Amino acid sequence: MDLWGDRHFDFLSKRKKTFTISTILVLIGLVAVVAIGTGRANLGTDFSGGIAIQYRFESPLKIEEVRKLLSKGGFGEAQLQQFSEPNKMLVRLKKAEGNLRATSKSLGEIFTQGLPGNPFVVDSTTEVGPTVGKKLQTDALKAIGVALLGILFYVAWRFEFRFGIAAVIATFHDVLIVLGILLILDKEITLLIVTGLLTLAGYSINDSVVVFDRIRENLHRENKKKEEGYDLINRSINEVLRRTVVTSVTTLMALASLLVFGGEVLYDFAFTLFVGVLVGTYSSIFIASPVLLFWERDGKKGDKQSAKQGGGISNAVKPSSVQP
Amino acid sequence: MKSILLRILMLAAFTIVALGLFLPSTPFSNILPSVWNDAIPKMTLGLDLQGGMHLVLNVDRDKAVENRVQRMKSSIEEALRNEKVPYRSVGMDGALSIDVGVFNPNNAEAVKKVVEKEFPSLASSELSDGAITYTLLEEEAERIKSWALSQALETIRNRIDKFGVAEPLIQKQGISEVAIQLPGLKDPERAMELIGKTAVLEFRIVDDSMDPQKALVQGAPFGSEVLFQREENPATGEMVKKPFLLFKEVMMTGDSLSDARVSIDSQFNEPYVSLTFDSDGARTFERVTTKYVDKRLAIVLDGNVYSAPNINEPISGGKAQVSGSFTYESARDLAIVLRAGALPAPVEIIQNVTVGPTLGHDSIEAGLRAAALGFILVLLFMLVYYRVAGVIADFAILLNIVMLLGAMAWLNATLTLPGIAGIILTVGMGVDSNVLIFERIKEELRGGRTPRSAVNAGYERAWWTIVDSNVTTLITAFVLFQFGSGPIKGFAVTLSLGILINLFTALVGTKVVFDIQNDKLRLRKLSI
Repeated sequence: MDLWGDRHFDFLSKRKKTFTISTILVLIGLVAVVAIGTGRANLGTDFSGGIAIQYRFESPLKIEEVRKLLSKGGFGEAQLQQFSEPNKMLVRLKKAEGNLRATSKSLGEIFTQGLPGNPFVVDSTTEVGPTVGKKLQTDALKAIGVALLGILFYVAWRFEFRFGIAAVIATFHDVLIVLGILLILDKEITLLIVTGLLTLAGYSINDSVVVFDRIRENLHRENKKKEEGYDLINRSINEVLRRTVVTSVTTLMALASLLVFGGEVLYDFAFTLFVGVLVGTYSSIFIASPVLLFWERDGKKGDKQSAKQGGGISNAVKPSSVQP
Repeated sequence: MKSILLRILMLAAFTIVALGLFLPSTPFSNILPSVWNDAIPKMTLGLDLQGGMHLVLNVDRDKAVENRVQRMKSSIEEALRNEKVPYRSVGMDGALSIDVGVFNPNNAEAVKKVVEKEFPSLASSELSDGAITYTLLEEEAERIKSWALSQALETIRNRIDKFGVAEPLIQKQGISEVAIQLPGLKDPERAMELIGKTAVLEFRIVDDSMDPQKALVQGAPFGSEVLFQREENPATGEMVKKPFLLFKEVMMTGDSLSDARVSIDSQFNEPYVSLTFDSDGARTFERVTTKYVDKRLAIVLDGNVYSAPNINEPISGGKAQVSGSFTYESARDLAIVLRAGALPAPVEIIQNVTVGPTLGHDSIEAGLRAAALGFILVLLFMLVYYRVAGVIADFAILLNIVMLLGAMAWLNATLTLPGIAGIILTVGMGVDSNVLIFERIKEELRGGRTPRSAVNAGYERAWWTIVDSNVTTLITAFVLFQFGSGPIKGFAVTLSLGILINLFTALVGTKVVFDIQNDKLRLRKLSI
């Protein structure tokens, strides 16, 4: 099946528009980073410390009713969340001080006494002391740092430096935008979300690398044609466009089924990746490759470098298999 | 180029091995011969899927050092008495130092001689203000700290073993933490009580020189302190605190126990814990009960008075009992902690993640349903989009899943809910290699190549792209494995295994099918 035929899109011509949109979205993402750094974001229990208990009641109950009950019991600051099944209720207490165990118990007692006709079981309990939360925060930051450095080094090693920079810019772009969206939707930033963001970083680099590979290959093969960087990049994007779209579609299909059937534990994780794949696909076309043009303007320097360093693909592709 | 037959045989062998490894973990295990089921262990499910408790305890190691210094203080007094060396006083100076008050320099020399001989781990100061200050050596303090962690680990392991949990996982984490995993736990509340109890058992004599209520107001006399007995009023459920005035001196500790069991009082039909002392303990117990006849002996656990029976006559034979308002279960748990011994220092539960069995079960179902749907969607899409080549890609996906599950079973990897998400993601992202190859083949075909050379060029040219794009994902997976906790590790494992296997199936598995088409069937046209 071929949905495109010989159509050729001039993606680079849109770059002013896309750069503007992206800059705005990335700024929102930076706000999210600041919000997380200053403790104003909705951090998950695992990072902030505190208590999260998921109750399963025998019969459905209203969130207002539970809120009233908890305020009366002295837990007015509790965050409540209900899932698709109306008999489930997640109660979260942040910055719970003192004995977490005792606090959990008194929460249970409030429900036992306040809802005598509606018995419950505890589906899950998470109690995290403040030191653990802090440690997890630093661990997560370390993980993000190490992963990004690792990717940068790999791409810089396999490609030229400017490709590495462009790939990392695109990755930051994707992760920040998704983070901004999570902030706007007031999603809880949990360890699982961070995992999703890191996975997204891998996916997004993957997407950029495929385009870059083609750009590099075209740089080598057809330099005789004296094609301008602009046209060459545009052509390269178009050449791998089918692959970009097909892979995005299959990944989105897998993620969509996770969103629909994966249950409440995985929902936010799947959501993060779903949005991330959309943003990642967009950025590999409209951000990562156009960024390369910034170097083109500096004259022929880029071309010389590529001829010298970009030996990876010419080694990989045997000259005999290249048909003129 | 390896022969087609050889490659097919290799793929078949891998597939059979993989099936053999993971089928016993699936519902198909019912119809498999028992030899098969018995030989291959089932895949482990993470706590998030089978339910259970994950605890992280922080051991207060400084407290262990303080406890040791405190005990040394008593031992110094005892040693000086034994050696008949006079002293003015022995007291704590802060938490980590001991002051020994002396009468004159000569006396100080005598004291120093005894202490130096018996307690080489203490450093002494010069005599000043009529006292010598002894401080624990730094390396000794460090040694006690690391001992405290190992000892706490041992004790907790002991308690859990006696409590009876299948396949617990107990390990050190960092310098002061113990991580515990208890899969399939029924009663998390009780387990936490049992694990978190310090269980320092002390026998002390009740000080009758003052009424305890009065001591609460006026302050306890020198050498005594007020401790409480907490009892629940059975009628109102209210906690009643009853004060006891006890001498600070500890007559005996739980260290001299050889056994602790639950017994039922035949008269009141109430459970109690009967204690048996070792031979040294039995002797000490007899000596204490002889000396303090007609006094009351308080049994104190973690600073709470359990009971304070009157000593009617000297007790020989080394047996005692702890009664109190026990249920059978709380008596049994107390017996367990006493048998397993006290923790060297108090522990604090700093993290508790407990998943109930229902949620775990729901999660498995949700995960499997999502996996099935994602799988079918991707299979169908590839079929529609690439036609015959889509069949080849679908074959690769199937091969991928079979080998991924096989590899997980082989590596004894734990399957977690994020792990299932990883498998689903592998299906979606994993087709990328095939997509890259197929699109390349299509391009080459459009460029006018024969099917055979297009396929070869497609594979060759896509190779480095595939490697590059997968390595970056592998880097993130490795980082996640390094930094993540249980469920996240599960995700990292399935993701990285999925990527590696997917490289293999895309580059070997699908290629062989194309080669069959080209070499054996000699097709003029590829359906792609």
